[in-house]
Amino acid sequence: MNALTMIKIITLFILLSSGTNLKAFAVEPGEILSNPKLEARARSITKGLRCIVCQNQSIDDSNASVARDMRLLVRERLIAGDNNKQVVDYIVERYGDYVLLRPPFQTNTLALWIGPPFLALIILFIIIRFLITQRNQSKSSSDHLTFSDSE
Amino acid sequence: MDIHNQKIKRILLTLPILFFVVLIGILALLTLETREGRDPSIVPSALIGKKAPTINLPAISDDIPGGFTRDDLLGRVTILNVFASWCAPCLIEHKQIEKLSEIGIPVFAINHHDKVTDVTLWLKKHGNPYEAIGFDPDGRASIEWGVSGVPETYIINANGFITYKHSGPITKSVLKKKILPELEKAKK
Repeated sequence: MNALTMIKIITLFILLSSGTNLKAFAVEPGEILSNPKLEARARSITKGLRCIVCQNQSIDDSNASVARDMRLLVRERLIAGDNNKQVVDYIVERYGDYVLLRPPFQTNTLALWIGPPFLALIILFIIIRFLITQRNQSKSSSDHLTFSDSE
Repeated sequence: MDIHNQKIKRILLTLPILFFVVLIGILALLTLETREGRDPSIVPSALIGKKAPTINLPAISDDIPGGFTRDDLLGRVTILNVFASWCAPCLIEHKQIEKLSEIGIPVFAINHHDKVTDVTLWLKKHGNPYEAIGFDPDGRASIEWGVSGVPETYIINANGFITYKHSGPITKSVLKKKILPELEKAKK
């Protein structure tokens, strides 16, 4: 293998491994707003909205056509003067809570939010119980030892 | 003391097994649900039970009947079908759409992300069963309807409320098992 093929392989490797960076360019140049403040708000909103056809990807990351349409809509609403919450509500009204990558805290998502910390607490409780009983056990066995020593 | 310890140990040992059994149970239930035709990857529509969006859609061209607003849907049960000439499943369901039109259901359409020449040719080739077609080249109106992909079909009752949504092509069995019964329900 000569030096040239080596360089080629390394370049290819770098290009492939930088795939995650390339993904960030789903937003096309023509979509970007000239007002950088509005554009920053648009980006922060679209990062929190799920692309409905691509499972667990935000519309900011996705090249899907419906994601692009939604990105444009978000910018359109911002230009019209909506605040961030109004923009998100506009989309949720049409697509439901499903589009929120961060689900809201409400009755039907209670298990989702409470479940993990609840399980963690149970596990913590079990571990503490286990440690206490173990300590008591070793204490009583050492008591036994001293007893037998004195005997 | 020893007996007490053993009890705790036994409980600790059964806990993971119990947890596992419950988990398997939940997964089994979910699988059965999917088998019965509930696809978890299909987004539940947020618009069911809500008023159809007020959107003013232009016609594709002067030669194709089209352009409508919500007011055109009022007074009878209607169907709104979202389609595109580039969408293969749309062609699959085209026969069923024609059938719906034949039995007297007014079928409206949103032509989603399409080109005038392409859709004109498509309609000429496969027939135009639609009462009116609204042209939506930028997908803006589709968002108003909560469309996630083509084809998608909505049933709207006489008061202009959306009562049902079907994602994906209307096959013969979907027409018989879902669309026709839902149309009857919407008429009540």
